[in-house]
Amino acid sequence: MTSSTDSTVITVEQDMPAVRLQRDFDAPPALVFRAWSDPELVVRWLGPRDLEMEIERWDCVTGGAYRYVHRRGDDEHWFHGSFHEAREGERIVQTFTWEGAPDSVALETVTFTDLGDGRTRMESISIASSYADRDAMIASGMEHGIRDSFLRLDDVLAG
Amino acid sequence: MGDPLSAAFAAMADPTRRDIVARLADGDAGVTELAAHYDMSLQAVSKHLRVLEDAGLVSRTREAQRRPVHLEAEVLDLMAGWIERYRRRAEERFARLDGVLQELQEQDRPARPRGRRAGGQR
Repeated sequence: MTSSTDSTVITVEQDMPAVRLQRDFDAPPALVFRAWSDPELVVRWLGPRDLEMEIERWDCVTGGAYRYVHRRGDDEHWFHGSFHEAREGERIVQTFTWEGAPDSVALETVTFTDLGDGRTRMESISIASSYADRDAMIASGMEHGIRDSFLRLDDVLAG
Repeated sequence: MGDPLSAAFAAMADPTRRDIVARLADGDAGVTELAAHYDMSLQAVSKHLRVLEDAGLVSRTREAQRRPVHLEAEVLDLMAGWIERYRRRAEERFARLDGVLQELQEQDRPARPRGRRAGGQR
């Protein structure tokens, strides 16, 4: 509903269980990095719009860690991981686990490229442990649509 | 999760099968016809088709003698739909981040008059 342009590009890799995202921001890399690493700022944009997000820990430094929860009523989803590397204004490498599937861990790398004119290109890649995990990641957080989609898919496959 | 969507994604994780799907998007084709494009045995191609069939991505007509392979475009559409939904959720996050960044820049440069944008809501 704002004037921001929808420019997120997604690539679902076929040769590796990974998802790539790319998005440009009207702010210099240092600022985008800050919005990514300061928990008070992160909490304002990372959580899904219709869920409450609470950060237990967000220590975005090399060797740091994070844990947060998405909550809707009694429904809670916890996530945690380690910050493998936080290179100021340049890149963040972290692990990612949804605690509902504690044996699965993805490796995420986010890079910030200076486009000049106070603009930044963010590129991320999330590499899952398996194709099944990657696909579950794509299907995650879709509590509303998930059942309908599977029912529809079942219909298609049965037909 | 051993769900049908994962089976479809997994089936598409192979380059030959992706190529077969791309060819079938142009129209139904027989196994021999398809196999002509690949440097592999008819059995090997049939095996790939079986994986695609099990994943619901293609179907084989029973009536016709040559049993042409048909692409189930609807399953592909569903896959594309899930990817698009994932992308849109990411875009929603980034649009909120746009708002946060806008606000930070206004704080950092209070002297410069700037039109305030809507957004940055929780």
